[in-house]
Amino acid sequence: MSRWALKGLKTGVVTTSYPGGDERASGISPGLPVSGTTNQAVIAACPVHALDNGGVRRNRCIDCYRCARTQGENMAWDRGFEWAQVKKEAVLPAPFKHAVNIRVLDAGDCGACLSEIEQLNNPYYNMHRLGFFITPTPRKADILIVAGTITKQMRPVLMKTWEAMPTPKRLIAVGACALTHGVFGQDSPVLSDILPVDVAIPGCPPPPLAIIHGLLAITGRKPGSDWEVE
Amino acid sequence: MDISQLAENIHEFFPAASLFSGPESLNITCDKNVAPGVCDLLFNRAHCFFMGLDWGQQADEIHVIYLFLGPGNEYIEVQTGTKKTDPVFYSVSQAVHAADWYEREAAHVLGVDFTGHPKLGDFVTHNDQPPTRVLDAEGAFIMPIGPVFSGVAESIHFRLETIGEEVIRTVPKLFYKRRNIEDLAVGRTSGDVVLLAERFAGTTAISHALGYCMAVESISGTDVPKRAVFLRVFLAEMERIRHHLGVIEGICASTGLGVAASQVAVLHEEALRITGTVTGHRYGFGMVVPGGLSLDLPDDACLTAVNQVDDIVKRLEGIERLLVKTTTFLDRLEDVGVVTKTDALEHGMVGPIARASGVCADCRRSKPYGGYDVLRPEIPCEQEGDGFARLRVFFAEIRQSTVLMRRALENAGAGPVFSRVTPKAGMKTACVESPRGLAVHRVRVDADFRVQHYRVFSPSFANWHGFHTAAEDFAFQDFPIILATFGLSVAESDR
Ligand code: SF4
Repeated sequence: MSRWALKGLKTGVVTTSYPGGDERASGISPGLPVSGTTNQAVIAACPVHALDNGGVRRNRCIDCYRCARTQGENMAWDRGFEWAQVKKEAVLPAPFKHAVNIRVLDAGDCGACLSEIEQLNNPYYNMHRLGFFITPTPRKADILIVAGTITKQMRPVLMKTWEAMPTPKRLIAVGACALTHGVFGQDSPVLSDILPVDVAIPGCPPPPLAIIHGLLAITGRKPGSDWEVE
Repeated sequence: MDISQLAENIHEFFPAASLFSGPESLNITCDKNVAPGVCDLLFNRAHCFFMGLDWGQQADEIHVIYLFLGPGNEYIEVQTGTKKTDPVFYSVSQAVHAADWYEREAAHVLGVDFTGHPKLGDFVTHNDQPPTRVLDAEGAFIMPIGPVFSGVAESIHFRLETIGEEVIRTVPKLFYKRRNIEDLAVGRTSGDVVLLAERFAGTTAISHALGYCMAVESISGTDVPKRAVFLRVFLAEMERIRHHLGVIEGICASTGLGVAASQVAVLHEEALRITGTVTGHRYGFGMVVPGGLSLDLPDDACLTAVNQVDDIVKRLEGIERLLVKTTTFLDRLEDVGVVTKTDALEHGMVGPIARASGVCADCRRSKPYGGYDVLRPEIPCEQEGDGFARLRVFFAEIRQSTVLMRRALENAGAGPVFSRVTPKAGMKTACVESPRGLAVHRVRVDADFRVQHYRVFSPSFANWHGFHTAAEDFAFQDFPIILATFGLSVAESDR
């Protein structure tokens, strides 16, 4: 056992300086286009209609890079991660600033969103230091994070989980699938048609820091992104 | 027995079956009452590997196709049909147990019957009867787990039948996450469907995109440029390393070895960042497209990546050395979750799990595709089939993959990474060895290059089918460990 303790100590601290400082390491984010294009061919090539004349509907973008690569358009790309849009009136009051319990629900994701959520416990991100804890039971949870397109079989499960949570509670939609069905584009309802979404975090998948930004935004410790909610 | 002898054999026993041999393929069309016999011969006597069950519908006919890999890894298709007015087939799963789940799925989705199948019914949508108990003892009960359970876990439901401490058997129920990807693909352009293929399992997106693209490219007869071929190997092996790091992290965490789990987690995140740096995306989405790659990767960036991965592996080996000396850790893995070789073969299990049980199959060797014929990777295998054997396979494969990454880079040379794909109608099957095992993609496109039919036999589906063999007669607290050593994806199985 002592060998392990030593090993741990030797590794030192790798945790990101965000939100206190800036995080600029390479490979922390897939990015999202910042501004659109007026090139009709590029607009038409976007598989999820995330581009319209000059604008980007970021909640739709699935990070396929088609606009930038295959179409060769010089897209302005945001390599950051502060993307979460938050409903102003939903920001949690002060008592929640120190310890928030989160239940994560996979409503039909491909595994990438979930993998990024798992990274939140990674020493690189260590969200415990910020007072965020993942709880196995909805009865203890203040926040529900939902990832994935809402499948028919998961919808009743989602409702039960949400109803089991005490108020006040908040709902965070993570990733293009939960926001807009992403690439799947079914005509079934998306999360916001079923339940009131308080925070929307775009990306396919949103990187861990984007999710942390969302959590900080709902607890009033960071401003949300000023992109409009679709 | 080689494929021509096999064909003769079938012809001798089943004279009514019509046979058609192509290059590296054998198509057998037969009456539905003959199909179980043919499959029995293929599976039990010729020891062909059962890959999966595909289906199709014409005006008034439904047909099913049982796919096997022949003695020389040829594709063998056994096709049989029935009128829609008489939607009944004869089950082959008595003889070919690996086909059991496939028939259940087909029965439910197509609304057909497989006479002789032990358990048909609601397989996909969960409206079926309450669970049945097999155990008749005092205090016996069924412990339900999921679909929402644990901290961060994919949605799946388990029924653990128990008399208290010891679990007698485990029944997994999947398909909560069924997104119907294969159906959604129909009618979309072949270029758009690769985006769906990536999302069968986001954590192994590159492999699935590769499988799909290989099928499409072989339909159109596209020659993928050499550089793209080897850069794809480079990416696929990087993905394998990243995936296995995630599994090893999960195994450490499941045994309560916090420091080790964090140590591996650090490496996992670094691998994600390397992928992100090289491809722009942490999971490599959008890289593999029909015809090659969407982006050329600069050599120096790739070289840096390999060196960084080497460093990760070096540090991982340090952790491994400590792990194999930590008895509290080994005690929880050894003799836990054992899959015997017989079970693995019977259930058609694949990938690292099968390879830990003495089934040394890997289609990078047995049916080499894009570049692997040159690279000829070593395939690490173990015999015991327990949790520790699986862990050793994961470690060994990571080591092997770094070697492959470097060699792929050496072989890549200069040149383009994309060639145009000319639309052509057709149907093809492609096999890739994804990190979780053999993934089979079957694609049919029309003359406009729109997808008409898409079917994937995923490694997770095959391995979930065999999962129960490892989860019998164990203590409750071992359940998360068994689960972790399997390292399966639910999304990939549910599709
Ligand atoms: S990356 Fe893909 S989904 Fe996003 S805007 Fe560009 S084309 Fe559309």
